[in-house]
Amino acid sequence: MSDLPPFSVRVGRRVVQLPLVVWLTVIWLLMWDGPSAANVASGVAVALVLVLVFPLPPLDPGLRIRPVGLVVFAVRFAFDLLRSAGPLTWQAFGSAGRDTVNSVIGVTLRTRSDLILAGTAIALSAVPGTLVVDARLATSTLFLHVLGGADDAQLDRARAAVLALERRVVRAFGTREDLRAIAGDAR
Amino acid sequence: MSAVLGAAAALLGLAAALSLARLVRGPSMLDRAVALDVLVATMMAGLGVEAIAADDPWVLTTMLALSLVGFVGSVSIARFLVYRAPGAEEDA
Amino acid sequence: MIATVLTGACVLAGAGAALSAGLGLLRLPDLLSRMHAATKPQAVGLLMVLVAVGVRFPTGGVITTLLLVALLQLTTVPIAAHMVGRAAYRTGRVPRHLLYVDELDEALSPVPPGAGERPSGRGPDSGGEEPDAEH
Repeated sequence: MSDLPPFSVRVGRRVVQLPLVVWLTVIWLLMWDGPSAANVASGVAVALVLVLVFPLPPLDPGLRIRPVGLVVFAVRFAFDLLRSAGPLTWQAFGSAGRDTVNSVIGVTLRTRSDLILAGTAIALSAVPGTLVVDARLATSTLFLHVLGGADDAQLDRARAAVLALERRVVRAFGTREDLRAIAGDAR
Repeated sequence: MSAVLGAAAALLGLAAALSLARLVRGPSMLDRAVALDVLVATMMAGLGVEAIAADDPWVLTTMLALSLVGFVGSVSIARFLVYRAPGAEEDA
Repeated sequence: MIATVLTGACVLAGAGAALSAGLGLLRLPDLLSRMHAATKPQAVGLLMVLVAVGVRFPTGGVITTLLLVALLQLTTVPIAAHMVGRAAYRTGRVPRHLLYVDELDEALSPVPPGAGERPSGRGPDSGGEEPDAEH
């Protein structure tokens, strides 16, 4: 039991991850109107009770916050989100036929981190024309439904978009190991 | 301003009617789950318009509650269907 | 004045995006296509309205509530969509003949299909349910 994950303490037989407590307290403060001493105290208390009653498996190696990468990621995310409403509107108003052809493709990420996989899958929901249908943790493969993906060039573009998104996610949240996986762009 | 808000309310009402039509028509439970998600999001947007029109942000609490429970329905329907489906796998 | 114009513009744009989500939901031919409409314009529409409310009531309490709603929306919608999409594929609600490439079918089938030939029929786990041939 000596190999605790970073930023963790032991309370009795439970392991308390301090970042999780901080995060839950922040959410608590967002629900109340502004941070006062009483709000912070009650937030920490509620967070500790939650973490002790509903223990989560430790997230290791965890995630880092890289400010520059985070800004790039957030700006691009907002841009993608605004753009994504466009082509779909066009297809909804236009005569989208009975036989619109789509595709389901599998894209294997270069990193093997669950967090990067989850982050990429969530951020993909902002990318126009793609929808995550399934995911395979063992190989870090995401299966996407590509709207209107009826030729190889379009599918290649979708694959490239996923890998570029993975790079932005890693540069915002990745560990050093993830960054190395991205840098070794051999495949 | 009230004309703009009225127009927005009309658009949202039409959007809600369209998702309601999909909710009635189905044909599968999953179609209905998706339609329900859109309906809930439209209701949340309607609450935002209501807050601006009434010049009082108290309904935002309701909006927060809806955002907390809105996705539970479709997730539970999806899980239920996958467990019952023949040949469904347990990985991923 | 500028705040009023911005509020009005965001509310209208948001309502328009919500309407396009409703239109797509009703008009697109199959479940997965409809889910595109259900996730993207819907999220954009709601976020636009949230921005409008934030511009109208620029106080700390309102802004934090709005941030929380936006955060929940952006994280839960993809999760719900993923669960529904997965269930849709595995219960045979995806019309396979309308797919140009289907790599998930190859990944799910126990015996890998021979190189070169692409399984064009129904998958092994489609359970005999009819595809969405309604209307």
